[in-house]
Amino acid sequence: MSEVLVWIETFHGAALPTSWEALGAGKALADKLGVPLTALVLGENASTVAKVAGEQGAASALICDDATLKVYRLEAYAALLTKVVQERKPRAVLAVATTRGRELLAASAADTDSGMLADISSFEAQSDGGITAVRPVYAGKILSDAAVNAGGTQFLTLRGRAFRPNAANAAGSLAITQIAPALSEDQIGTKIESFQEAASTVNLGDAAIIVSGGRGMDKNPKEAPAGSANAAVWKAQDGFANTLQPLADVLGGAVGASRAAVDAGYIPYAHQVGQTGKTVSPDLYIACGISGAIQHQAGMRTSKVIVAINSDKDAPIFKMARYGLVGDLYKIVPAVTAELKKRLGK
Amino acid sequence: MHCVVFTRATPDTAAKVEVGANGAVTWGDAALVVNPWDEYALEEAIVQTQNGGKTTVIALGGEMHLDALKHSLAMGINDAMRIDDPALDPTDSLAYARTAAAAVKKLGDVTLVLFGKESVDVGTDQHIYGTARKLGWAMLSAVSKIIALDEVAGTIQVERLLEQGKEVVTAKLPAVVSVTKEINEPRYPSFIGIRKASKAVIPVLSLADLGISAAASPTRIDAYRNLPVRDSQVEMINGTPEEQAAILVDRLLGEKVL
Repeated sequence: MSEVLVWIETFHGAALPTSWEALGAGKALADKLGVPLTALVLGENASTVAKVAGEQGAASALICDDATLKVYRLEAYAALLTKVVQERKPRAVLAVATTRGRELLAASAADTDSGMLADISSFEAQSDGGITAVRPVYAGKILSDAAVNAGGTQFLTLRGRAFRPNAANAAGSLAITQIAPALSEDQIGTKIESFQEAASTVNLGDAAIIVSGGRGMDKNPKEAPAGSANAAVWKAQDGFANTLQPLADVLGGAVGASRAAVDAGYIPYAHQVGQTGKTVSPDLYIACGISGAIQHQAGMRTSKVIVAINSDKDAPIFKMARYGLVGDLYKIVPAVTAELKKRLGK
Repeated sequence: MHCVVFTRATPDTAAKVEVGANGAVTWGDAALVVNPWDEYALEEAIVQTQNGGKTTVIALGGEMHLDALKHSLAMGINDAMRIDDPALDPTDSLAYARTAAAAVKKLGDVTLVLFGKESVDVGTDQHIYGTARKLGWAMLSAVSKIIALDEVAGTIQVERLLEQGKEVVTAKLPAVVSVTKEINEPRYPSFIGIRKASKAVIPVLSLADLGISAAASPTRIDAYRNLPVRDSQVEMINGTPEEQAAILVDRLLGEKVL
């Protein structure tokens, strides 16, 4: 059957918001190819999530909420996706390029000897049946024009925030098909022992606004308490928590950091933006005390609006910024936070 | 225990990467280094075999990967091998996975295959998952800690760092594991290690040596391009911090990004 299949990634029985971007991209592809759009929803709460997929443009959904699939496990999910691909021979399989999406589609593509393009920022179906796509490579320093050839199922994982979800339509009709799992519990070698949810999840990939700090965070005028092992580290950590975080909070954004700040121990690695961290493309990126090394630029240069706050007027970050503010970030950032509170009525 | 690490060379992450007039990717005179993510995998292989066992590092592709293999040996990996064949395109993930799996099978006694999280240059990790599937082994990605590895029981327990938190999972050995930065602190090669590695002769195997032949690739790369020039006419906002803040917020409200 010719169709476009989109895996809707869920966590605790709810769809990831970026999954709807994948479904939106899948809808555009299905419409262009003139084939139906099918959502694949596995695990806890699958039928509820599938109904939302219907409102978001899926014509049908394949669901399986068997106990073996309650929580994502590659082994169980990949076996089932591979079975679906072998039986239904979809034209394309799409998902968001998260940790799970990337490994699941790659596993199934390998199982079925299919072509896959990972972490793409745009794509287009060609008249010869192939799909061409743009992949940012070298952490976004250059672009690659890649293609998956016609014939066989084409697997694509999509970069978060690069595609638009469909406008929801509650009147959409949806045909739901229950499918059986491919493996029984005793055939699955992987057992999840525990899951510790992060106290504060750092999801830079999804954030519409990011406030980032760099090496300059150690210029905090506050005195480090007597006995701190390293005054600069204390000052920078205090700055991330009490100067940048409040700005991020008032904007509903996330806190990022440069590699220099992470390497110096100012903030955990999960916050790192750049080539060995996360590549992000928010609507607004505010760089505070970041000089703008090439490997940091690579990770954030596709941000829509970049604001640079730095005491060094010659910092390279100003060359790529839309707005530049030269001065002490510890004076400017609190002033911006206060101004925003006033203007946004918070 | 025999532990295999796959590695490759990548341009230094500080390099300015561009596409030249002839369409080729260039990185000036920046050095080629071991893919930074792989250093964690190499370190973990050494740690996991310190009470007995053997480590082998493998690269797929041309001579550009030689220094990455030598760096691995200098860190303390026992053996190195390179797989190179005119019919092998290691940038094709499916070809990579088939070849890597064949190499592991040829070694025969491997319990654990380690990879760094991804290739920092082309940002690819699908060859890792493909290798696990072609081997038919368990795949554990984003591993931040190997909690226990019991060869007798044939199990491995790891901590994985996912978007929403930490997962502890037990799987059957043999397994393919890809590791994150949190797993360890990679060592620097010792002087003696560097000297020994510089003298090492690294065997090169062909696809025929592995008993496989090349298959047609379902994907291709048509071209590399430089990024469109960022239209960034920077507007410098001056004044007291309060004045700067007021103007900035005006501008941001005008941009409709809030």
